[in-house]
Amino acid sequence: MEWLYLHMPISGVDIFWPGLVILGLGVGILGGFYGMGGAWMITPGLNILGFPMAFAIGTDIAHIAGKSIVSTMRHARFGNVDYKLGVAMILGTIAGFEVGAQMIMWFERIGKVDLYVRIIYLLILAFIAYLVYLDFKKLKSKKEVGSAKVDKLETGITWYKTLHKIKIPPVMHFKEAMITCSVWLPLGVGFFTGWIAGILGIGGGLIRMPALIYFVGCPTHVAVGTDLFEVMISGLYGAFTYTWKGRTELIGALVMLLGASLGAQFGAVATKYFKGMQIRILFASAVACAAISILLKLIARIYHIVVLDHASSVVILGGVFVIMMVILIKTIAGMRQEVRMKKQQLT
Amino acid sequence: MKKLFALVSSSLGALTFFPQIVWAKGKAETLVVVAYTKGVTGLNLYWANLYNDNMFLFTILTGCIMPIAGLVLGWIGDWLIRLTGIDVSKRELAEH
Repeated sequence: MEWLYLHMPISGVDIFWPGLVILGLGVGILGGFYGMGGAWMITPGLNILGFPMAFAIGTDIAHIAGKSIVSTMRHARFGNVDYKLGVAMILGTIAGFEVGAQMIMWFERIGKVDLYVRIIYLLILAFIAYLVYLDFKKLKSKKEVGSAKVDKLETGITWYKTLHKIKIPPVMHFKEAMITCSVWLPLGVGFFTGWIAGILGIGGGLIRMPALIYFVGCPTHVAVGTDLFEVMISGLYGAFTYTWKGRTELIGALVMLLGASLGAQFGAVATKYFKGMQIRILFASAVACAAISILLKLIARIYHIVVLDHASSVVILGGVFVIMMVILIKTIAGMRQEVRMKKQQLT
Repeated sequence: MKKLFALVSSSLGALTFFPQIVWAKGKAETLVVVAYTKGVTGLNLYWANLYNDNMFLFTILTGCIMPIAGLVLGWIGDWLIRLTGIDVSKRELAEH
């Protein structure tokens, strides 16, 4: 069975390559569907497959650079990428990221960095999780109570409508996102999300996607595509910097990319068969599964219960598997229906 | 009950990313690693030697190969998707 193992020339480890392809495929689907790089899922996965942690991070980012190009290309063809909005966000993100990084250095000097980072992370993530729930709840009540028909692009939370009223020049129209607002809004949101990402040391796709929907007013599909455009830019930059620091296994990244490109393509196409709210609910479901898994792991470590440790792996793997199956089944059904309708129109 | 559910789900969502705090915020320091070339042949040997001898070229090649591979695989994937017969030029926007 030696042929199932591939030698990594830099780190010197032999890796089970089908595992890399499967991992890439799975995360590719979720990344293309949610509009994230997904480093928080891949890096531990690579580590489990045998990559030393130092190489796992660099290899992961190199693969994200390639994968996000695939999904951005696909989303762009659907009209899901607003480049003008993406560029405005990037400018804000870079500035915010720098401020965040400086703040971390300041916290390090006063010696409370871990405490502050944990508090901020907790607050932000709790806020994001709560947003999806609140959005769902508000939309449901709008549909139940509203006498007029609710617009199909309407979300439950409409804070962006208030923010759009602030017309500080220059005011710009973003065609794909179908919004007109002050350029300072995406710049500000980019700055804010970049600041958080800089403090937390993450790519930030996880924060940007909901921020684009609830604060900027992007339709979910455009938020996913535009976010991936930003992930692509940061992924390319990250691939260079991490490689320069000697932390990338190109062979491993390329093998992963084989699965990830297919997954990213599929994940991006899948968004065509899902409504915005459905994408957001699946996003929240993935977060909930991972959360339960972490909670089980924490309990297992505190009370030394081995069974719970195994259960945590089952919950996360099972949860991601179920979500992927939902995406696969609904997408394949949608594709089949579309082809059938096309044939009927021809005859 | 609803508020409790919101509170629990928010807390669980936050807890999800606890481990990430540990590994994600560390800065990438330059590694002093020498690729072990004994018993390594062919392309692997070339790549390992390049890593050991010329990090600049190694970085440029890696930084270029990944996006190019992404572009090529993206085109191939796009072609495969088109073969299924679905319309990949447009989608309908709807939030609910």
